Amino acid sequence: MSTTEQVGTSVATYIDDRVGSNRFLGRSLKKVFPDHWSFMLGEIALYSFIIVLLTGVFLTLFYKPSMVEVVYDGSYVPLRGIMMTEAYASTLDISFDVRGGLLIRQMHHWAALLFIAAMAVHMFRVFFTGAFRKPREFNWLIGIALITLGLAAGFTGYSLPDDLLSGTGLQIARGIVQAIPIVGTWVAFLLFDGEFPGTEFISRIYGIHILLVPGLILALITVHLMMVWAQKHTQFPGPGRTNDNVVGYPLMPIYMAKAGGFFFIVFGVTALISGLVTINPIWIFGPYTPDQVSAGSQPDWYIGWLDGALRIFPNIETVLFGYTISWNIFIPSVIVPGIVFTAAALYPFIESWVTGDKRDHNLLDRPRNAPTRTAIGVMAITWYFLLFIGGGNDVIALTFDLSINWLIWFLRIAVFVLPPIAFVVTRRTCIALQRKDREKLLHGYESGRILRLPHGEFIEVHEPLNVKDRAVLESAIEAYRAPLPAPERVDANGVANKRYHLHNLRAKLSHWYYADDIVPPTRAEIEAGQAHVSHEAALEEPLHEHEELDYVNVPFHGGILHEKGAAMTNEEQLRERGGHL
Amino acid sequence: MTCLINRSPAPMERKGILVKGLVARRRNPVVATLLLLAALLGVGGVYAVASSTAPAEATASNDQTAIDEGKRLYLEGCSSCHGLNAQGSSNGPTLIGVGAASVHFQVATGRMPMAAPGAQVARKPPIYNEREVADMAAYIASLAPGPAIPTAEQIDYTDADVAEGGVLFRINCAQCHQAAGGGGALTAGKYAPSLMIATPQEIYEAMLTGPQNMPVFGDGTLPVEDKQAIIAYVMDLQQAPSPGGIALGRIGPVAEGLFLWVGVIGAFIGLAVWIGIRAR
Amino acid sequence: MSDLTTRDGAGTPDHGHDFTSEGQDDLARPLFRGPGGLPAADIPHRPRRSDIDPKAARRAERQVASLFILSMVMVVFFVVAYVAIDPYVNIYVPVFGEIGYQNFALGLTFGLGVFCIGAGAIQWAKKLMPDTEVVQERHSLRSTKHEDVEAAEQYERGKEESGFGQYRIIRRTLIAALALFPIPLIVMLRDLWSPKNGGFGPSPVVLLSQTAWVEGMPIVTDGTYVKIRPEDIPVGGLVSALPEDIERIQKEEHNLNARGKAAIILVRMEPDEIRAQQGEGWDFQGILAYSKICTHVGCPIALYEHRTHHLLCPCHQSTFDLADAGNVIFGPAARRMPQLPIGVDEEGFLVARAPFAEPVGPSFWERG
Repeated sequence: MSTTEQVGTSVATYIDDRVGSNRFLGRSLKKVFPDHWSFMLGEIALYSFIIVLLTGVFLTLFYKPSMVEVVYDGSYVPLRGIMMTEAYASTLDISFDVRGGLLIRQMHHWAALLFIAAMAVHMFRVFFTGAFRKPREFNWLIGIALITLGLAAGFTGYSLPDDLLSGTGLQIARGIVQAIPIVGTWVAFLLFDGEFPGTEFISRIYGIHILLVPGLILALITVHLMMVWAQKHTQFPGPGRTNDNVVGYPLMPIYMAKAGGFFFIVFGVTALISGLVTINPIWIFGPYTPDQVSAGSQPDWYIGWLDGALRIFPNIETVLFGYTISWNIFIPSVIVPGIVFTAAALYPFIESWVTGDKRDHNLLDRPRNAPTRTAIGVMAITWYFLLFIGGGNDVIALTFDLSINWLIWFLRIAVFVLPPIAFVVTRRTCIALQRKDREKLLHGYESGRILRLPHGEFIEVHEPLNVKDRAVLESAIEAYRAPLPAPERVDANGVANKRYHLHNLRAKLSHWYYADDIVPPTRAEIEAGQAHVSHEAALEEPLHEHEELDYVNVPFHGGILHEKGAAMTNEEQLRERGGHL
Repeated sequence: MTCLINRSPAPMERKGILVKGLVARRRNPVVATLLLLAALLGVGGVYAVASSTAPAEATASNDQTAIDEGKRLYLEGCSSCHGLNAQGSSNGPTLIGVGAASVHFQVATGRMPMAAPGAQVARKPPIYNEREVADMAAYIASLAPGPAIPTAEQIDYTDADVAEGGVLFRINCAQCHQAAGGGGALTAGKYAPSLMIATPQEIYEAMLTGPQNMPVFGDGTLPVEDKQAIIAYVMDLQQAPSPGGIALGRIGPVAEGLFLWVGVIGAFIGLAVWIGIRAR
Repeated sequence: MSDLTTRDGAGTPDHGHDFTSEGQDDLARPLFRGPGGLPAADIPHRPRRSDIDPKAARRAERQVASLFILSMVMVVFFVVAYVAIDPYVNIYVPVFGEIGYQNFALGLTFGLGVFCIGAGAIQWAKKLMPDTEVVQERHSLRSTKHEDVEAAEQYERGKEESGFGQYRIIRRTLIAALALFPIPLIVMLRDLWSPKNGGFGPSPVVLLSQTAWVEGMPIVTDGTYVKIRPEDIPVGGLVSALPEDIERIQKEEHNLNARGKAAIILVRMEPDEIRAQQGEGWDFQGILAYSKICTHVGCPIALYEHRTHHLLCPCHQSTFDLADAGNVIFGPAARRMPQLPIGVDEEGFLVARAPFAEPVGPSFWERG
């Protein structure tokens, strides 16, 4: 043993004597993590959050969250001598008079945008692969909470520099709060200490921005990761991958090196971008005053869809018994996001109720094997994207020489028309892909080579699937579920089903959910099909030299779920829990 | 410098337009650089002519031959829409009283003659040379009094306060032209153009005459020195470096969001795929 | 390092993991055991160059170390750039344009320095660490039946011992007390808005309904604060304006609240172009004064098109027709822009003839 190792051992022992860490280490260092590029999207979010924390701490050393008016005398000439708040002046100082301050400010802002974008992409990955299913519903909920908090962190941060753009955003936020029925006016007065813009709001959101929201995010991220740790990561179907194992690389050393390395890569790229690409040049926008505005005033991208909803909503306002209800603001800014986030949070529970699927799922779905879910996801993204376009409609109209009025009318109609079209197209595409997969499972790859048999018949040579592809395609068998049967009004014992209508609704939804899914071939059919293909390929053998394949074709049996260690069926699990469907 | 601006050499205009088209009106540093280059190249050749014609222009309006020549050009190129006596028609407004400044702005920026009817008359390479523009301006000015072409003194912004100009710009101009001067959308396909290739003279004339749907900013509420301050600020915006790196058009969060999704997220997905690929 | 370079990559499971105790717990073990107990025969595995060629392995080693060295060099460059580059100097970089030199240099050196550490670590993992996947069993997180029963028993015991079910009055008063205790925390939020003069101050409705405009208040230009004569505004003209008192009020109140409500725009059109106004003769010789604060969510708007007389909000594209009493003609705003009646004082300067007749800015519940 070298001296270093001796020291290491004694340190480990010292700590273990006090906290018992070696037991944990021993089990953890060999913990297996599956490897797939899409599993790193969540890591991007985590790392960009760490970057935001680090750079944010630096910014707090120089930023002054005060709305006291001062005369700017820093080094940015086109603003010298102008009255502005200390918040804006100190942000200018960070940008121009603190060496490296601009770099850190830009890193903070880029990493913040990246944080939310990476969370969104991560969420898409989890959604489309069905990773939110049992037992991971809680982590999905935490994820939704994290995105919501991310928006709050982003919006408060956008508002802190007190430039013309951020002040305009606050004015809009105030307008939205005021539009909340009954309590809106008072809530707005309490938040802003009176009228807009007041002198207190920036110092108030500063505390929220640097303490409350990041604290909550940090806490939730911790729980999120602990749950991933405890439940072990999901994996894509592949050779030897079952619902009951994890195939991948051990934490020490490979996952540690890759994940740790990726942190530095995210950090490094963020710094590079911040050195090369301007973000939020607040000195151009000028200090905020409530009687100035710039054309093309936009929120950061993650608020864009809400602004888009606010822009395209028709101008409905009612006065009832002397009280004003601004539907034109309240619906797009409060009701719509409320519905969106609630629906997103509840989706795992809704899907599981509709499909009646209560099994544990550690093996991910291929999106094509869940056509309705995939279609719902694409529909939601289409809708979101249209609203996002709405949020930048003036910039888009200017850039592409369109009429803003025309664009708004297009969006008003498109938000209702295009998402259903996206739904149908996606669903049919998934089903077509399922059909193709079925063909491959039964008949192997099409080689494109035509072979003439001794008796004169022409056939196209098919080749048997390789191990990897076959395991992936066979995952369709597990993914497939028949729709729930229609419930009986009266059960075998003659007792009336009190919840008949609910169960009937569920059966109908389940039918809609699974309708048209292609029934995958049975294992025996696949075996027969592949055997036939091997035979066919063998006919060609003398004519054709095998190219060297990346993978060796070895007849492959089992490994996927079915034999030993198969997941419990729904019914088995329910029976065990003594529950009802 | 002002003489150069008076003359607006054609190559500079064209390059500006070309780049403008290419980057979809984004305020690209390349534009500024090309402009500067073109300006430097143009300065030598044009200076002599410009310096001799600038004072001549001031007297041109009184010069009967200029008016006659202007009338001839007017009848040829403008009268089909604006009427034989500039009284206007269903195709174009009356030009009586619009003044020489308006003529210079519209024709020297190529907006007039109009290429095709539409929501907005766009800037394009001018058809007439500076002498011809001056003649036409003289003719229109002879019909009725109106805003005159600003003198070199009026558009000399060298002593103006840039910061003061910035405040006035944000109060009076930014709502349409955007805080960075990148332009903005108006109703029904109209737009406020980018100011990134506007010359001091054009800016002054625009404020004075209110081309297309732009309102007029009269000398009464926005006196000459305020206009000069605004010009100084716009010139500063045109030449300003971008301390934080490539400017992304300075159009704010939309361009930043686009770059984030296409560039940054794209790069990270590429890197994640690289990490996942097995080494050879 | 040496054993890594010499090992053969054909699927030897021994990469430093202890597989001997397989079966006892969830120890990692090689993926499959094919016929005859040979490891991983089924698994497609292709040895890497660095697995079979010691030279390639040494090359990979050098590559990783170079990345780490490059990182260190970049840190040195960073410090040099921090100290030596004047922060106010710009440089021209092709494609990027004229950009800040120090920010560029700091971002480049710091970014590359950090990036190289990551790239090195990943290259190390990819080329020199074992690339054979291992398998670990999952264990259900569900408690066993025994544990379920135990939990239920313990809960019952606790409930019994506390008498929670038994002492009804204790239970109910506790629930009531717990329900009430947050009230002080909420009540204390009242002074988030605290009128400085003590007491409860004017109601929000009153504040939102008043502006600095009163009868006879002179109109001054925004930014330069000079009084305006009607002849200063040509037909087609636009002026952003404020009440003359605004500077005084701001000094007294130390905030911009009054400005946020009182900002107006003045536009002038030919009197016969005015189709309607909010009050008879509220214009002065074709000069109209409208609030600058959008009735939708409060953006200041001055995107006035002098030929169409349309006023467009840059935030949400509400469009108002100023020639037609400021009515909404497009977009999400539901209410017209409030008009300010104006006239001239004895010196010939424009003044307000009366306060705004309705609250300016966004709607609120009590507005009616």
